[in-house]
Amino acid sequence: MTKLSRPLTSLDRSIHPPYLHADYQSTVRRAPQKPLVIMPQTLSELTAPVFGHDAIGALDHDLTRNAVLNGEPLGERILVTGRILDESSRPIPNALIEIWQANAAGRYIHKLDQHDTPLDPNFHGAGRALTNASGEYTFTTIRPGAYPWRNHANAWRPPHIHFSVFGRAFISRLVTQMYFPGDPLLAFDPIYNGIPDANGRARLIAAYDHSVTQPEWALGYRFDIVVNGSAMIPFETKEA
Amino acid sequence: MTLPQTPSQTVGPFFHFGLFTRDDHHVLVTDQTRGERILLVGQVIDGDGAPIPDAMLEIWQADAGGHFDHPADPDHALADPHFRYFGRSATTDGGYQFKTVKPGAVAYDAERKQSPHVNMRVFARGMLTHLYTRLYFSDEAAANIDDPVLNLIEPERRHTLIAELQPGGDLPTYCLNIILQGEGETVFLEP
Repeated sequence: MTKLSRPLTSLDRSIHPPYLHADYQSTVRRAPQKPLVIMPQTLSELTAPVFGHDAIGALDHDLTRNAVLNGEPLGERILVTGRILDESSRPIPNALIEIWQANAAGRYIHKLDQHDTPLDPNFHGAGRALTNASGEYTFTTIRPGAYPWRNHANAWRPPHIHFSVFGRAFISRLVTQMYFPGDPLLAFDPIYNGIPDANGRARLIAAYDHSVTQPEWALGYRFDIVVNGSAMIPFETKEA
Repeated sequence: MTLPQTPSQTVGPFFHFGLFTRDDHHVLVTDQTRGERILLVGQVIDGDGAPIPDAMLEIWQADAGGHFDHPADPDHALADPHFRYFGRSATTDGGYQFKTVKPGAVAYDAERKQSPHVNMRVFARGMLTHLYTRLYFSDEAAANIDDPVLNLIEPERRHTLIAELQPGGDLPTYCLNIILQGEGETVFLEP
């Protein structure tokens, strides 16, 4: 049998959470029981959507302004900036990042979120950005609140921002969550603690960065994201 | 220097307002797209046999000619500029649905081609890392027999990736349920 062609790095399963993590109850009936089938990376896996700047609106990256109805959203204004990188530290330009989050009171705009706390008429909680040539992105938003959920008694999700990222290849796709430093709820959260390794968990906590903080305006956080798929694609050499 | 990957987390139950900014993310075609229009439909089913209403599927596929509009495809100049290649569907209404074209055969290596297929990624509450699978077509039986990826799978499980052409309907409609756990569990892939 010939060796399977896999020119890009795959998901590192020692880093990503397993499918079954019983402390997070919803995994119990949704986790596959059979092992994944290792397959080659073909053109279907090595290609991905190519995004242009027409994919993004002028205010998409500013959640404090992109849904204003009659005033400013309530809460603590923050900046979240960072880079999308591959494992070789190469920045990924034109990567589409989509974020979504609860408002300052811990309420999502989603109709099924019935947490007894107010919606904010001036805050939708969704944003989009494309990374620049250096792989950098910046969002302006409101620090999200914690909210209760039903996983176990007195369960609360630590404040977080959902991130969805497209890398260079379809196998580099990543959906994750960004957390805040010093949060006491992290120790109790089965979603965060589904990540097997303490170093891996730590990489989901944004760093407070005073050089990002803008005077009289907003606190700054830095959150870099590393996606798999760092090796060279051999097809490129054919074209050169 | 090698940087460690950023760990995955669940998409959660409330992704719709963040990931569905238009009402046509599940439509990959326009009037000008080349190829045969088809529908892909199905449910995502949990270990209790119940359809789950809060999953999100993403698909990525070649155009009708078997090409991708991406520089890794040596023939990307031939790719259809009027095809979207990528789509998203939530299972809020009981299942997923995509309107797309039947993909052409994609190159496997210098000599061989793959059977027509659609790459599919599954995200959901209760899934801390997404799942990856493929959808093949029941009316491509001859090509499926030779497909190098299907042939990596135990013969008795290959059917879990093959969407069945449904009778009737305005457009050819292929149905494939994604079974996350238990009897008939879908084969999930690790590329």
